[in-house]
Amino acid sequence: MSATTSTPVGDTERVRAMLGSADAGRKRTDRMMTGLIYAAFVVAMIPLVSLLWTVVIRGIERFSPYFLSVSMRGVFGGMDAGGIYHAIVGTLVITLVAAAISVPIGLLTAVYLVEYGRGPLARVTTFFVDVMTGIPSIVAGLFAFALFAIFFGPGVRLGVAASVALSVLMIPVVVRSSEEMLRLVPNELREASYALGVPKWLTIIKVVLRTSVAGLTTGVLLSIARVIGETAPILITAGYADSINFNPFEGRMATLPVYIFTQYRQGTVPCAPGALDCVEDINLMRAWAAALTLILIVMLLNLVGRLVTRFFAPKLR
Amino acid sequence: MTTTASPPATTRRRRSGDTERGMSRVFRWISTAAAVLLLAVLAAVAVFLVQRGLPALTASGEELQTAGRLPRGMTHLGQLVGPLVFGTLLAAAIALLLATPVAVGIALFISHYAPRRLAAGIGYVVDLLAAIPSVVFGLWGGRTLAPVVADVWVWVAGVLNSIPGLEVRATATGRSLATASVVLAVMILPIITAVSREVFLQTPKLHEEAALALGATRWEVVRTAVLPFGRSGVISAAMLGLGRALGETMAVLMILSPGLLYSFQIFDSGQQQTIAAYIANQFPESSGLAVNVLIATGLALFVITMAVNMLARWIVARRKEFSGAN
Amino acid sequence: MERHVKLSRISRAGSVALVGALALTLAACGSDNPTGDAPENTGAPAAESPAGDISGTFSGAGASSQESAMGAWIAGFQSQNPDVSVSYDAAGSGAGREQFLAGGVSFAGSDAALKDEELQSSTEVCGPDGAIDLPLYISPIAVAFNLPGISSLNLAPETIANIFAGNITSWNDPAIAADNPDVNLPDMAITPVHRSDDSGTTDNFTEYLHATAGDVWTWEPDGVFPVEGGDSAQGTSGVVGIVNDTEGAVTYADASRVGQLGTAAIKVGEEWVPVSPEAAAAAVDASHEVEGRHEHDLAFELDRTTTAAGAYPLVLISYSLACLNYADEAEGNFVKAFLGYIASSEGQQAAASAAGSAPISDDLRSQVEQAIDAITVG
Repeated sequence: MSATTSTPVGDTERVRAMLGSADAGRKRTDRMMTGLIYAAFVVAMIPLVSLLWTVVIRGIERFSPYFLSVSMRGVFGGMDAGGIYHAIVGTLVITLVAAAISVPIGLLTAVYLVEYGRGPLARVTTFFVDVMTGIPSIVAGLFAFALFAIFFGPGVRLGVAASVALSVLMIPVVVRSSEEMLRLVPNELREASYALGVPKWLTIIKVVLRTSVAGLTTGVLLSIARVIGETAPILITAGYADSINFNPFEGRMATLPVYIFTQYRQGTVPCAPGALDCVEDINLMRAWAAALTLILIVMLLNLVGRLVTRFFAPKLR
Repeated sequence: MTTTASPPATTRRRRSGDTERGMSRVFRWISTAAAVLLLAVLAAVAVFLVQRGLPALTASGEELQTAGRLPRGMTHLGQLVGPLVFGTLLAAAIALLLATPVAVGIALFISHYAPRRLAAGIGYVVDLLAAIPSVVFGLWGGRTLAPVVADVWVWVAGVLNSIPGLEVRATATGRSLATASVVLAVMILPIITAVSREVFLQTPKLHEEAALALGATRWEVVRTAVLPFGRSGVISAAMLGLGRALGETMAVLMILSPGLLYSFQIFDSGQQQTIAAYIANQFPESSGLAVNVLIATGLALFVITMAVNMLARWIVARRKEFSGAN
Repeated sequence: MERHVKLSRISRAGSVALVGALALTLAACGSDNPTGDAPENTGAPAAESPAGDISGTFSGAGASSQESAMGAWIAGFQSQNPDVSVSYDAAGSGAGREQFLAGGVSFAGSDAALKDEELQSSTEVCGPDGAIDLPLYISPIAVAFNLPGISSLNLAPETIANIFAGNITSWNDPAIAADNPDVNLPDMAITPVHRSDDSGTTDNFTEYLHATAGDVWTWEPDGVFPVEGGDSAQGTSGVVGIVNDTEGAVTYADASRVGQLGTAAIKVGEEWVPVSPEAAAAAVDASHEVEGRHEHDLAFELDRTTTAAGAYPLVLISYSLACLNYADEAEGNFVKAFLGYIASSEGQQAAASAAGSAPISDDLRSQVEQAIDAITVG
């Protein structure tokens, strides 16, 4: 103890001085990059905040329990009435059916690619998943429509047809994001599990999937986010309805994006001067309020997803 | 929990050294079947696309002009698809160029710079933004953004015009490819950010701590440990974003004043158009061969995205050593 | 470890319960009766309903120009016939005609009358007599502009053609000033805005320009705007949106949809006629039917160069397409009752107040009613 106290004071000073002088450049780079990263954040926040602000401010005008709980049946012109309940129902039903189709397929395909995939089938699958991400949404809609038209005739408009169209868009997103997340699970974890005599399928379920559940959830939520706002394919496959319909296997269904689009398309309403029950830009007000609702729904889904993640993810720390 | 499981485990081990038995085999089959099903769906889509697009490829110029509703003065499909492909790539490339650096910046901000509490909140907001429907982006881009940036573009065009030999036009409405690309960039920003952030957070703590122990600054940790580890993830994320930018329909449709020219006048209106927006714009009034023409252009989009994705795979494949499960 | 497992089990159950509760509340609180005055479905049919035995779900598809009016018609018809559910898919005229000819929808809306070959193919689903066009939605097209403080301008057809062809580029151009001596025109660039999609509005607009200013507007009438470049947008709301946001912009759009924008009075003969539903109806009355079609087919050939007093020939006629024979009895009865309601003065008035269309004249109404009577069922 006492022997080492003689020189170190000078040494530390010297080392500190040396490090300090040599690091001036590196420190500057560090500070610059920190600044850039903060700047990137700020720059990105400007349009995003402007967008959210616009939606909230313009959407809140018409946002009310009444608006959420009624449909558009019997509402026309500048009538100060009508709501989006039917579109909320349609959005949730169509999206959930689409998720029920695509998440198992997508997740299992990702598991296959990461855990089993060797040889030509894996290569072909990887390649074609990439191809599939390139399907334009409107083409997916045309495909689903043509598929159902074979069985139900050319006038078919079904919620489930829209779900199929959305699944075509959703599956590759689920596969790609899940694949990415599964590959990040360290091999050591798998090997440790095998070493304990756990069979491969249990290893995948209990170790690989659970370790990556946060990432997988993000991926699934992203894929839902990707399709919940789709308009064009749903217009072709599920059409538009102004009444409530819970059944995806019968009749037309409205979804929120389609609702927003149809309201926007109808634009301003001519009001007779002095008419009391007539609002000139009622359609646009409804469109913005529906946009706000859609964002809130996604927020809720995200929240549920986060809860799921928190409860299922292994406690690492 | 563990006491009941151990006796069967010993018997299993005794029976064979191979773990591919019983449930394992079933699970393998199920996941393989999922992959095969995916291929079947894609095959169905492809068959549909080719079958419906083929009549447009084989039709004569005259038929294409009358029944196929090709724009005035065009006699073969290439004259339509060419400018559309050009416009699609230009819009997506500008969007990607704008979005990727910013998205990586935000992802790093969330994963390594921001205070933990703030980071969680921001991550949540970014996830939300990924879900804003393109119709809303269209509404916002067309009615809120375009009038504002119109003045900016006019000013930028004025500055660029002072360079000799350069002629840049700008429209007063802001309905130009530049505006559409900015909106596309904003749209894909959350996607790239969300995936990149997830990957950055997965960086092995040991790598980071090793770098820190060597006296690295925070940026040097990011540059030497985080970015190399996350590179393939970022490229994947960018490709996901690019996929959305290439195929985006409604936002472009509601913002861009379309034209069918090979033009780099990104601040002027009536110059370029993207494939997806073209299909959506023309589809309602199309029938017969005109629909076949639209599906053939859809086929072109399909091929473009395929090529882009192959390129990305190739880049990622060269970086495979950073994957955990290689 | 043990505690963790327990905790997460409870939370799992909790989250499942939460999701379930959400779903339940959602399913419980919806209402299909937003106006609060629609008769209950379970009650007796409305007393004065013209044909109370109509029930079922029917759909139509077609022109988006009719969307607002169709909303009013469907609402009015459904309140008279509470057992009927009608939907209209504003997918576009072409899509509407295609679905109609494939038998996918009961009726269609279209900005253009059926073509001869389409009439031919209509015999497949509509029986030997095929389908008919009924002009039930007549709407004037306004030339609308955004000039602060100016709500009306006189524009001759040649001037309009020159503006949209890009030959006149400033609002204080002598050609505009000559026709508007009392207006203080600003020195502002003109930004003409056209429809980017294939539309009936463009078709009618270019037809008008071609007929009235043929030496300037040499392009044939078409649903696609013929001049290359320039600003454009999809749909009426798209072009109106741009003009609203841009000073000096001008477009052509369904008159009922231009809101607060200024509109042009066009030159008919020697007088200036401002846009109005009455003037549009007058222009239709001054036109004649297309020859050589079924006696009940009421496709019109609009006389764009009419000099009839007070007529505004820049008009869009959107047709309702129906079969002359419906094999399905319920469908046929529905179509007859629904089109009858649309053609009635009540229906036309509903559309006029909801969509600003021009009610059809009594003369045209009696022709339409004869045509509807001629539709056979079974």
